[in-house]
Amino acid sequence: MTDTQLPDTLREIKDEFLALEVRERLQLLLEFSNELPELPERYRDHPDLLERVEECQSPVYIFVEVDDHNIVHLFATAPRESPTTRGFASIVSQGLAGLTVEQVLAVPDTYPQQLGLAEAVSPLRMRGMTALLGRTKQQLLRKAAA
Amino acid sequence: MAVSVDTDDKFAEYAHPERLVSTQWLQDHRDEPGLVVVESDEDVLLYETGHIPGAVKIDWHLDLNDHVERDYVDGERFAALLGSKGIARDTTVVIYGDKNNWWAAYALWVFTLFGHEDVRLLDGGRDKWIAEGRELTTDAPTSTPVEYPVIERNDSEIRAFKEDVLAHFGNPLIDVRSAEEYSGERTEIPGYPTEGSLRAGHIPSAASVPWARAAAPDATFKSREELEAIYKGEAGLADGDDVIAYCRIGERSSHTWFVLTHLLGFEKVRNYDGSWTEWGSAVRVPIVTGSEKGEVPAKR
Repeated sequence: MTDTQLPDTLREIKDEFLALEVRERLQLLLEFSNELPELPERYRDHPDLLERVEECQSPVYIFVEVDDHNIVHLFATAPRESPTTRGFASIVSQGLAGLTVEQVLAVPDTYPQQLGLAEAVSPLRMRGMTALLGRTKQQLLRKAAA
Repeated sequence: MAVSVDTDDKFAEYAHPERLVSTQWLQDHRDEPGLVVVESDEDVLLYETGHIPGAVKIDWHLDLNDHVERDYVDGERFAALLGSKGIARDTTVVIYGDKNNWWAAYALWVFTLFGHEDVRLLDGGRDKWIAEGRELTTDAPTSTPVEYPVIERNDSEIRAFKEDVLAHFGNPLIDVRSAEEYSGERTEIPGYPTEGSLRAGHIPSAASVPWARAAAPDATFKSREELEAIYKGEAGLADGDDVIAYCRIGERSSHTWFVLTHLLGFEKVRNYDGSWTEWGSAVRVPIVTGSEKGEVPAKR
């Protein structure tokens, strides 16, 4: 998939990061982190419904829904003390907002590596975001198969 | 030492009380010349959400590890890093961090590889400072760069390599990972080979003492008596022992290294930073599974 084929929001997020100096990218990640919305009520009391993303160093839980219009909704929660993980979850959740199942499945697995964040947070930590995207797709595939 | 030591009664019990400072001591001394406070966390962004006023940030991935080879930075890069943070060779450095000072202890261990003399931990770390309602700021500190000499790392005293472990059998080893990692029950999740290794279990004859057992619920270190009961009583270490500690990548075991060296006074403790990610993927090294220590292998 070439750049022009990335869904709009994902492309905008990417452009936003790449336009910044490495140090400022960390600040932008912090802004994303602060924007991660609270879980909807129906999940707040049911942590058992959420899937833990084990690959992240800090506990992060995600839940993927598909509505009647085939649009994907990703909900995620991670502790305040884990701002990097929250930032990753927020980018994935904002970036995928409004996309269809097919569009999400077509997002390149390498998208996290395209944000220019590896230098700012280290390649090892970037695996956390790659795993978030991978787990989201897996949940969609499992739903489709069910 | 440039800055006075904390004479807190609790620390007096430890072998090297000068290696710890309390939150109150730091509150009282943090503006003193000759002292630099360093925050070192697992999460690379945590510092940006608020840190102790004046503290600088050192990140283990970005600042202390080489980005290509699996090793630490060399003397030149360490000198550039510390100089840029306003740390001179004779500066008193107090390091604190999240999660019971896990990464702070790791940073302290790396500082020690370079022989930085006066480096201390904030007992209780970031959590205790916050729990006590002490001041945090998001203001970036204004450190004036100073000259730090280029000192090459000394890997021979406190760092062990795989070959050192093979030659160490018959002497105590401490595995500081979780019980599940020790027994080999915890395996990788299919499709996500991340920080894993090809085999699970532990190095034969290693005693299991999960690292966080050294910490009290408020993230401070347990008392000397409690620590002795764990490491000497349960794990069977005796004064004068030559000890190697390991975990998965060497971070948790630097916390144990700190406890054994500075709090209990063991003089020959090494951290095997290759740890399970190396051992569990190495060819023809002995491994046992289950909760028993296993037989002592022959030295190689």
